[in-house]
Amino acid sequence: MLNSGRTYLGVPVSRPKVGFFDFSSCEGCQLQMVNNESTLLDFLALVQIVNFREAMTGESDDYDIAFVEGSITRPDEVDRLQAIRSRAKVLVALGSCACFGGVNQLKNRFRDLPWVKETVYGGAAVETDVVRPLHDVVTVDLMIYGCPVRKEEVEKVVTNIAIGKEIAYPKYPVCMECKANENICLFDLGEACLGPVTRAGCGAWCPGSRAGCWGCRGPADDPNMEQMKRLMQERGISEEMILDRLECFGGFCEFSDALRAEMSKENP
Amino acid sequence: MKVNCNVNVHHLSRVEGHGAIGITIRDGKVERASWEVIETPRFFEAILSGKRWENAPVITGRICGICSIGHTLASIRAVENAFAITPTEQTGNLRLLLKHMETLQSHVLHLYFLAAPDFLGAGSVFPLIESAPDVVARAARMKLLANDVCDCVGGRRLHPTRTVVGGFTMLPEKKELSRFRERLIAASADLTQTAELFTTFKIPDFARETEFVSLKGEGAYPFIGGRLISSDGVEKEEHEYRGMTNEFLVSQSTSKWARLSRESYAVGALARLNNNFAHLHPAAAEVASLFHLKPVCHNPYMNNIAQLVECVHVVKDAVRIIDSLLDAQWEEPKQEITPRAGRGVGAVEVPRGILYHCYEFDDSGHVVKADCVIPTGQNHANIQLDLEYLASRYASEGMTDRDISLLAQMLVRSYDPCISCSVH
Repeated sequence: MLNSGRTYLGVPVSRPKVGFFDFSSCEGCQLQMVNNESTLLDFLALVQIVNFREAMTGESDDYDIAFVEGSITRPDEVDRLQAIRSRAKVLVALGSCACFGGVNQLKNRFRDLPWVKETVYGGAAVETDVVRPLHDVVTVDLMIYGCPVRKEEVEKVVTNIAIGKEIAYPKYPVCMECKANENICLFDLGEACLGPVTRAGCGAWCPGSRAGCWGCRGPADDPNMEQMKRLMQERGISEEMILDRLECFGGFCEFSDALRAEMSKENP
Repeated sequence: MKVNCNVNVHHLSRVEGHGAIGITIRDGKVERASWEVIETPRFFEAILSGKRWENAPVITGRICGICSIGHTLASIRAVENAFAITPTEQTGNLRLLLKHMETLQSHVLHLYFLAAPDFLGAGSVFPLIESAPDVVARAARMKLLANDVCDCVGGRRLHPTRTVVGGFTMLPEKKELSRFRERLIAASADLTQTAELFTTFKIPDFARETEFVSLKGEGAYPFIGGRLISSDGVEKEEHEYRGMTNEFLVSQSTSKWARLSRESYAVGALARLNNNFAHLHPAAAEVASLFHLKPVCHNPYMNNIAQLVECVHVVKDAVRIIDSLLDAQWEEPKQEITPRAGRGVGAVEVPRGILYHCYEFDDSGHVVKADCVIPTGQNHANIQLDLEYLASRYASEGMTDRDISLLAQMLVRSYDPCISCSVH
């Protein structure tokens, strides 16, 4: 992995071989790599990209880090993911689909795959399973949250791997970053927002645009869900709107499943 | 004359999503020429079922990682049409500016990062960083400009945050728009050099007559909403889109296919240009003439050039939009929404062609039924027929497997397919 002559603070650093792979997804997270033009060249100096179908012809099975985007929805995807896992030293789940199932897992809420297939394809035979995040199928070493991921965060993770530094996720919620940015609180604008319970690290991307958080990064450490619900309900935000956000990306599935069950009990 | 040929490309590279090309010719006869889509479906239409209207743009924007802005705008338009909301002029202008910059971003990505390596004999853009750094820097500069405008107007370049039903959550600063105006004007030099670069590329001389479908320009080159038109003379209203798309299922693809007057039709930059050439900005029409591109052009490889022409058009038109925004006072960013029962269609010209979202709502604004028809889905049948013709023609000319394979891959890339989008 060592790269001749490349140093960080005078210490030689490795230039890891990386591959980008995608499963069921919009492929937007891997495109974020070429979407941050101002740092693209620096990023490419840090790593050797050996496998990136969306951007290059020619592929190699020799890689250190596999960045894997998307969720698993078909048996052939299980086989392909296991093969990637067996070759990679480090497997990174890239984005909400890979970490939690993403918007794709919204189809799981019906608990009725034949109906889901029928709705879109009529009677035609189409193979699909319950949507699963990567860690349901293989061991995942690192997760990079977000829909989409922030390229700065991906770069930080890669830099840390290259220089052998530990990766630390913020334990606190998006609210902290939002307050630090001096944004107007979405609650004061009468909007729903999962900022109080969602893991920070995005820089309060959506609230900074006066759009409430949809929880794409999943829960912060020890989220106070009851308090969040109370805060929203005090402001006239319905349980249904809270559920819409909690279940959108799959990170809060434990809580959204419970809320859905509770709501259907109240309103069968 | 070459009588046998065998081409198999699994997981075609430098396209969005998973597709495969297979060509088999034995004793001079094309036994198989196929464009197979192997992408996993994500069932967005089912996912929306029962969801409140507010969810539709947030969820369906995630259909695509390249044209998330276009999907979001089509979704918003479908909801607004269902609820009988007409966007204000300010909202219309901001949406068109955002749309233009997505078009620029996507076309530059395709032209430089996905298509150009074929013409320059490279496997990707990465070796070009060493061998042609100024070319890569130019592409990055134009993409950055487009993405910066998208961040400013839409809140985020990918999966926008500020675009909502009724308008925007937040407006850009006028001084930021003024700065973008300067950068857009300065981008003319980059566009000129891009055109010069592409004049050095040998575009394959290949044509197969087909039908082209797009929005119909009425007073302007069309991007958001309006009547639908085909080069074979079909015209319909936006809400009659199903009469244009006629989707059907085929065994070789998890994406649906589409047809209109013939076995297949094409959408995209070339279709828009073929149907709306008179509405191009004069500077864009001038670039088209450099390449002898005029309607009706039936060479699918010329879609690359049509994209280049559109880059010029959207940059020029973006300056015009910014001027009109700067001249006006800011109004309220967003209108109030009152849901009602009804059906709404939103047709938007996204980079790869015309996109339709259609939703039916109950009286509380919950989705009863959703339908999305994706540009690449509409192109699949046309790609298939092009490949069949390409295989038989080049095999009869005695071309090697390697060359046929390259031309077949370049053909599919010319459509700039967005495969995961087409399966959604």
